[in-house]
Amino acid sequence: MSLRLQARKLACERDDRWLFQDLDLDIHAGEIVRVEGPNGSGKTTLLKILSGQLADFDGELYWNEQPMRRTRQDFLANLLYLGHAPGVKATLTPLENLAWYQALAGEPDDEPARFAALAAVGLVGFEDLPAGQLSAGQQRRVALARLELIPRALWVLDEPFTAIDRDGVADLEARLAAHARRGGCVLVTTHHELADTPALRRIRLGQEARDAEL
Amino acid sequence: MPNSDPHLVQQADAVRLFREPEGGAGVAIRATLKRDLVLLMRRRSEVLNPLVFFALVITLFPIGISPDPELLATIAPGLLWVAALLAALLSLDSLFRSDYEDGSLEQLLLSPQPLPALVLAKVAVHWLLTGLPLALMAPILGIMLALPAGSYAVLALSLALGSASLSLIGAIGAALTVGLSRGGVLLSLLVLPLYIPVLIFGAGAVQAAIFGEGVAAHLAILGALLAVALILAPWAIAASLRISING
Repeated sequence: MSLRLQARKLACERDDRWLFQDLDLDIHAGEIVRVEGPNGSGKTTLLKILSGQLADFDGELYWNEQPMRRTRQDFLANLLYLGHAPGVKATLTPLENLAWYQALAGEPDDEPARFAALAAVGLVGFEDLPAGQLSAGQQRRVALARLELIPRALWVLDEPFTAIDRDGVADLEARLAAHARRGGCVLVTTHHELADTPALRRIRLGQEARDAEL
Repeated sequence: MPNSDPHLVQQADAVRLFREPEGGAGVAIRATLKRDLVLLMRRRSEVLNPLVFFALVITLFPIGISPDPELLATIAPGLLWVAALLAALLSLDSLFRSDYEDGSLEQLLLSPQPLPALVLAKVAVHWLLTGLPLALMAPILGIMLALPAGSYAVLALSLALGSASLSLIGAIGAALTVGLSRGGVLLSLLVLPLYIPVLIFGAGAVQAAIFGEGVAAHLAILGALLAVALILAPWAIAASLRISING
């Protein structure tokens, strides 16, 4: 039972500008990896590449020491990706949104689990309202309920703290730490300062761009 | 006390976290069908738009050309088919658009389920709420165009068969243009040439029914087109979505 995401000589070019070059990554179970960098430094692009969404890059990706091309199905079965857009349908209720995600992940239909997941992100009493009537922070919480609902080893989270209030941020940070302790792995971009723990590792992007300017 | 050692508990948790790819495709397909049906039922205007467009166009033709039943009867099959085709085209742009904008589409692409099967479910819902209602409505509008009796059933059947192909082919275009902010015109240009065979045999079937010729050949070809579209389109749609997301 290993969990290892590796990247070798990763490079990505956008609009005649290298976002990053020769990036080597080795991400293990039990780690929280925070991708840092100024706006436009390629954090989201890196996360999309690492979650197998973009094919337009140089270098190789390995999942559990196997090239990603061959283990994609296995990789996807262990991945939980939360993008910029929360992926929450405004016309569906939080429960219906989660029901779709549960089925999409291949989990059995389990209504009590959906209620529990929504309760865990502080949405008790909002389960049956159309998500469009919820605030931006609450919609983000609906998306975050998937972390609770769907057991996945690798979490790739793009700015998960956006629009979340202070208590929610603390909760989420604790959830990330707990996931790493349980042998999971978190890959996250955020401008929020994460508490320093031994599990936390940082990757800086955008250094080259700044060096070039100097 | 098997669970007292925290290390052991941690190990067990890690094992539970790590998963082998498994089935559940059927569950995911059913959930996608249900979700899209519910979504469209809650945005009725999107379902009604093509139907209203279809009815308006057909209503305007007798006024614009001539109320002469004989003239109308000759152009009716083609007219009904062209109007239904354009109505179906009108509704295509929204097929993946909202999913793309709110991030559900990337989640769909990242699910461990077979993407062609999932998009087929989405297209099936599109046909159920666009193509099928158009086919059922066409005979009523046929009355306005003095369509000869005896061709109504063929009209509905040819439209039901043909619109399924239209939905499948159109979805490829919709998937290719979903990343573009103004993809509507490009979508029409991409898709219309591929619609022409369906139009020819669909309108031909109704024409043949009016003249009392055999309609089986036309309907068989429509069925064959649908079979080919069913086999190939889901893969093309899945590949097109991947390209669009990549951009």
